[in-house]
Amino acid sequence: MTEDEIRTAVLAALTSVAPDLEGEAVDPAIAFRDQFDFDSMDLLNFAIALHDSLGVDIPEIDYPRVASLEGSIAYLSEKLSASGRS
Amino acid sequence: MPSLGSDMEAGTLVEWLVAPGDTVSRGDIVAVVETQKGAIEIETFEAGVVDRLVVEPGTEVPVGTVIAHIRGAGEPAAPEAPAPEAPEAKPKPKPKAPKPAAAKPAGPAPTRVRVSPVARRRAGQLGIDPETLAGTGPGGAVSLEDVERAAAAAPATAASATRAATPPDASAAMRRAIAAAMARSKREIPHYYLSTTIDLTQALDWLEAENRRLPVAGRLLYGALLVKATALALGEVPELNGFWRDDGFVPGPGIHVGAAIALRRGGLVAPAIHDTDGKDLGAVMQALRDLVQRARGGRLRASELSDPTVTVTSLGENGVEAVFPVIYPPQVAIVGFGSVVERPWSVDGRIESRRVITASLAADHRVSDGHRGALFLRALDRRLQDPETLA
Repeated sequence: MTEDEIRTAVLAALTSVAPDLEGEAVDPAIAFRDQFDFDSMDLLNFAIALHDSLGVDIPEIDYPRVASLEGSIAYLSEKLSASGRS
Repeated sequence: MPSLGSDMEAGTLVEWLVAPGDTVSRGDIVAVVETQKGAIEIETFEAGVVDRLVVEPGTEVPVGTVIAHIRGAGEPAAPEAPAPEAPEAKPKPKPKAPKPAAAKPAGPAPTRVRVSPVARRRAGQLGIDPETLAGTGPGGAVSLEDVERAAAAAPATAASATRAATPPDASAAMRRAIAAAMARSKREIPHYYLSTTIDLTQALDWLEAENRRLPVAGRLLYGALLVKATALALGEVPELNGFWRDDGFVPGPGIHVGAAIALRRGGLVAPAIHDTDGKDLGAVMQALRDLVQRARGGRLRASELSDPTVTVTSLGENGVEAVFPVIYPPQVAIVGFGSVVERPWSVDGRIESRRVITASLAADHRVSDGHRGALFLRALDRRLQDPETLA
């Protein structure tokens, strides 16, 4: 997968978790928690949505690495590349 | 128009999801109503055939107003429907349960134009009457696409509205509802407050081990443990679970914990997890996930807003150490949780670093006394020391 495809999947996961954010600009460097008032339930739903769309299992211990758009793209690129899908 | 809380006086019927002649079962969602708590799905508590829709979409009616007639199986159809009653019509008793007899065929098809709520809002912003459009949505309903198409076909006007999701005064209306409920609570309910610090280390260790083996969609958050432990502890101190009505305590018909959920654009709701004490932990977690997602992005159901018998609020994620919550009337208690923090803690005579949480209880002194409240907090602590029994 290209970085752009991963970005698209991450943004789709974000809006599936929080439809009320649709159309909002996302600052890639700022954590969703600080930017959109995400809580642990939102982050869990985000991890589930990414698992459903990309097939990547994000263990709880790695949640801090997917806390922002930038972090999510880097983490998922790494995981997908390790599994030979990127 | 059902009441979705003591602070609700009226609701606006946004959309009917059934038409005359449709067969409905108890619990089916039949309409969407706009309230101060947002758009809420209304369920029917009667089974039968929809006989007549009394209230037109777009009409605000007081709580208690009959909005539709449902004919029980075999009950004869109403005679030729008169003109819709005025919205200010006084509440009328629901039709009596029918005597069993052969079911009548479905009534005539509706002729009213169906419009989806989002299409209606967008049409309002664009100054278009949605009922004049040809619907291409499900069942011929006018959809958002139909409205946009009509707008594009019309001479260009500077449509400034771009946010279709929430009416501009929705959060102000919710603020007024919260203000009314909280002012009434502080005016009428003699609160007493208790708190205790609970060692959560064992429960969190257990939870983390569970989450390592669970698939991502089944993972648990500690909030589910707190809600389940609260429900079980309430079973031991039932006078904290129920309502203050007509100068007396009315026990809850079950333990339906209302989970306080903050909304991103401000305000909060506390929908019920029905029969929390009887659900396994996975089911409590799924219910919480579902409620949070629907509260923030979609729709809650009327029964979820009207049924809570107690409320749990957790502000721990914001670094708050302890919560001093305000009871949501007519409930008689609310349980608050702060952050999980690491603290030096004495365990078997040795100081250790443990993860602890402060649990607090605000309860109605007209119904219970501090002694019973203390027993509840002790039961809550005991339950949380034995996390396997919460599963």
